[in-house]
Amino acid sequence: MNEKRGLPSVGVFVCRCGVNIGGFLDTPALVEYAKTLPGVVFAKENLYTCSESGTAEIKKAIQENDIQRVVVAACTPLTHEPLFRAICQEAGVNPYLFEFVNIREHCSWAHMKEGEEATKKAKDLIRMGVARAIELEPLESIEAEVEPSALVIGGGISGLVAAASLAERGFRVALVEREGELGGMLRHLYKLYPSDVPAEEVLKPWRDKVIDNPLVDLYLESEVISVKGYIGNYDVVIKSPEKEIPLKAGVIILATGAQLWEPPEGLYGYNKKDVITQLELESLLMKGKLKADKVVMIQCVGAMSPERSYCSRICCVTAIKNAILIKELNTAASVHILYRQMQAYGDEYESYLRRAKELGVRFVNFSPEQSPVVENQQVKVYHQLLGRELTLPFDLLVLSTPLVTQRGSEALATLLKVPIDQDGFFLEAHIKLRPLDFSTDGIYLCGCAHYPADVGEAVSQALGAASRASIHLTRGYIKVEPIVSSLIDEKLCQGCGLCAGLCPYGAIEMVDTSEGKKARIISVACKGCGICAASCYCQAIRLSHYTREQLEAQIRALLSA
Amino acid sequence: MGSKDVLVIGGGIAGIQAAFDLAEMGVAAYLLERKPSIGGVMAQLDKTFPTNDCAI
Repeated sequence: MNEKRGLPSVGVFVCRCGVNIGGFLDTPALVEYAKTLPGVVFAKENLYTCSESGTAEIKKAIQENDIQRVVVAACTPLTHEPLFRAICQEAGVNPYLFEFVNIREHCSWAHMKEGEEATKKAKDLIRMGVARAIELEPLESIEAEVEPSALVIGGGISGLVAAASLAERGFRVALVEREGELGGMLRHLYKLYPSDVPAEEVLKPWRDKVIDNPLVDLYLESEVISVKGYIGNYDVVIKSPEKEIPLKAGVIILATGAQLWEPPEGLYGYNKKDVITQLELESLLMKGKLKADKVVMIQCVGAMSPERSYCSRICCVTAIKNAILIKELNTAASVHILYRQMQAYGDEYESYLRRAKELGVRFVNFSPEQSPVVENQQVKVYHQLLGRELTLPFDLLVLSTPLVTQRGSEALATLLKVPIDQDGFFLEAHIKLRPLDFSTDGIYLCGCAHYPADVGEAVSQALGAASRASIHLTRGYIKVEPIVSSLIDEKLCQGCGLCAGLCPYGAIEMVDTSEGKKARIISVACKGCGICAASCYCQAIRLSHYTREQLEAQIRALLSA
Repeated sequence: MGSKDVLVIGGGIAGIQAAFDLAEMGVAAYLLERKPSIGGVMAQLDKTFPTNDCAI
């Protein structure tokens, strides 16, 4: 214990981060300053505190000086906090008795040309960090069991693959499909690009795997009507035509797909007879009922427009595929594809596009300012590359319309407490680092529910989502950071429910007690964002690691200069 | 009985994530990289589109 005023002993480690901090701030002065702060028994600078020698010095200092609180003044906790916490733990100090002070992003980088002032600011930040460190409390991570089963919502190709993949690993799966049949969009497609394999041939093996695996419980003509709980422990209610079925699930995979945007009657003459969508063309091809010698296709109908500003990704290659199929059926047929930007990326799609051109499919580039005009069985279009207007008579006009969000997506998003984007597609946790996860742990995403995807992509995503989901199922328990909210005293809670409504992670339930409605915080689901604590007007909620006392100590230290 | 450990060949972003997910599942993973450090091409990038997140 430290001699100064009976405070816990604090060690301060100032990092030069090579020249990133040392080149702009007077780090030796920061060390000397830190030594004058209440509670500080040790202060030192390192060239790179995160390096092996830097962390070894922290451990040595902790042991030699009986340090009970560790402050590192360096870079951002986003990248290095886990490392320093682990170092503390190895040296016998609870990892939550560590405080990070950012004197790089917040100081040296932000004020490169004001070294003296920046050094002053760094002193303020270190003083605040030390004051907070003294108030920190040791915390222990929270563990909970994981129910070894999954709920898969959606029985299209993505849902089938995810369900089959999880069942193959030995987990029980409840697969819920709204329609009476499995297969989703693929049931309505003829052949798939770029292999021209019949859709049914791709669908069948996955459907069989799901049907044949006794670990998969199928719920057709059913919907999920209630989801409560958190990762590892979801209570789900499924509504089938006969009854409501409650079940338990450890994880949830959302694979609800998308639907094709149907143009309003009359758009480009849309009439479902000689002016049809690509999906209706698929059906004609499937039934062998296509009779057309002059085919025109218009791309981006209803897409990349003010209402739907996104590219639906699959329509260009779908049009190329159907054009090829038409040419193969009838070499004499003329096929024109009117496009804005051709999305046929990658080697396979590029050669597919070349094949269409070799077969005589004509590609006409138009600008959205000069959209094609349809009248009297003719399409008039200004060919941007030729620089003149073309008149194309047709006996079949095919509109390529985008995939749009599945009906009911919004309600499902509310039920699962997961976000959707401005176009109604479900939003992943991170576009690059966590593309198949939601920010809420335990819920995963694959296929067109996320964004238009072709079958190959949907299958990859489904395998990936199943794999991500099985991490928790395989391990059997979850361990979460103990920085969580809790009720200080149930009596303080007035049961207004504001916190439960605001919690982005569904971690707060309102429960009936003999004292009326009270908030109940589910620690395993809590992410420690603090929204509940900040919004509770009764101050009934406390967020550990960011308590009132800790924050006040920090603010007082700032003002005490 | 055969080994349940997994060999991951390539220490770029794909290999790292695969090895990490396996480890999280409790499966021992051996991550093999030809170069002296892991990270592959991604470690050489500055920012990644479309979020402009720092690649490292």
